[in-house]
Amino acid sequence: MVASGTRDRAVVATKESSAPRRNASYRSTVGIKVVMAVTGLLFLTFLVLHMAGNLKIFFGAESFDHYAHWLRDIGAPALPHEWFLWIQRGVLTLALVGHVWAAATLALRAKRARPVGYAHRPKVQGSYAARTMRWGGVIIFLFLVWHLLDLTVGVVNPVGNPATPYANVVAGFAPSRWPVTLFYALAVVAVGFHVRHGLFSALRTLGQRTANGERWARVAALGFAILLCVGFLVVPFAVLVGWVG
Amino acid sequence: MKLTLRIWRQSDREARGKMVSYKLDDVSADMSFLEVLDVLNEQLTTAGEEPVAFDHDCREGICGACGMVINGVAHGPQKLTTACQLHMRHFKDGDTIDVEPWRARAFPVVKDLVVDRGAFDKIIQAGGYISAPTGSAPDAHATPVPKPAADAAFEAAACIGCGACVAACPNGSAMLFTAAKVAHLGALPQGQPERASRAAAMLHAHDEADFGGCTNAGECTAVCPKGIPLTVIGSLNHDILGSTIRGR
Repeated sequence: MVASGTRDRAVVATKESSAPRRNASYRSTVGIKVVMAVTGLLFLTFLVLHMAGNLKIFFGAESFDHYAHWLRDIGAPALPHEWFLWIQRGVLTLALVGHVWAAATLALRAKRARPVGYAHRPKVQGSYAARTMRWGGVIIFLFLVWHLLDLTVGVVNPVGNPATPYANVVAGFAPSRWPVTLFYALAVVAVGFHVRHGLFSALRTLGQRTANGERWARVAALGFAILLCVGFLVVPFAVLVGWVG
Repeated sequence: MKLTLRIWRQSDREARGKMVSYKLDDVSADMSFLEVLDVLNEQLTTAGEEPVAFDHDCREGICGACGMVINGVAHGPQKLTTACQLHMRHFKDGDTIDVEPWRARAFPVVKDLVVDRGAFDKIIQAGGYISAPTGSAPDAHATPVPKPAADAAFEAAACIGCGACVAACPNGSAMLFTAAKVAHLGALPQGQPERASRAAAMLHAHDEADFGGCTNAGECTAVCPKGIPLTVIGSLNHDILGSTIRGR
């Protein structure tokens, strides 16, 4: 086909103007995933710091309680007592809303995208972690509610005194309360699986695009998952066997 | 080989389909899967029944026309293989094999195993091209292409548009297909002028066609007969984010 240069430009112009939008909105499937990735990375940062803080318990009751009280005075004197904590809680709550919104939107889209299912559908070949992101997320959320009632608000904790976090932890994971500890352990493992696929997925969503980078992303995701599992499980384990208490 | 095929039969777009069993007594292990369907259709035609409709063209594994979900896996159990290149030696005598069409809202069933993959055309029309003056072919050395870029583009360009990625995706997403095109053109100098708008426009067409969103589960790349890597989806995300951040 032979066409003049002028006509070619005309064709290009029509195609450009009929292109619906040049930038993808946050409601595109990629935009939703970016919300998911950014909020997820925020949670991951929080979890790593939370885990590191928990390990203070091995330095004794005084050190742990001091650390817990110091958290309430971060930013002092610029920020009044507990302000930093409330700002952080606000940010994390907003992130949770964004994360759940993204998950729900994508799940509904996925449901709509395949109205007739397969008669024969073996388990998907992807990782267990990838398969369990949605239900895993629900379980982690339910755990979060319990966890806040247990060690933040204290209403379901045998001690539940905000002035003595060390005593709360020791009482909360006491051997007689083993079902609670088991639930805690299962939830932490669920977080591990969630992070394993979540971190890999977040890096991909934020533009990780080389084969070498993909290997590093998988290693990092697995590394963080194991780090979080070990770091969070060592505390209840220590209480259970009597190293702490 | 004796085989039982359970095949999705649906007479037209509106009809309710169902799985129907057919017995085949004399299947050679050297037959391709499509040849088995040919044999079945001969039997059905002789018996005065409606043959099973399925798409096929080159039967060499390079055109992307054929495609069916065999025992729950797009293009069947053999990796990096289209249904036409899948041979019966990968099955056992006496097997029951389930054959279903691609399942996605964006790929409505036209008849039996044939689905309408027009949604892929809409995605390509939205940006899966470069704008270049037509006429005499440019000199081959007019635009130098670095070898790594050529290799990356070729890897992504191997996509034959068969739709297996959509069929396998737990979210019914066509992100691997869309991203393969974005990565292919985005790796080459000829693709740069439209690179920023291409990814956004193709993603928009993808979402408009009612495909689901990608969750990086990796099912697509596991069934892809051409082995398109999951990294191409990172290329698409990279271009989308880049164009959004730069505001163009």
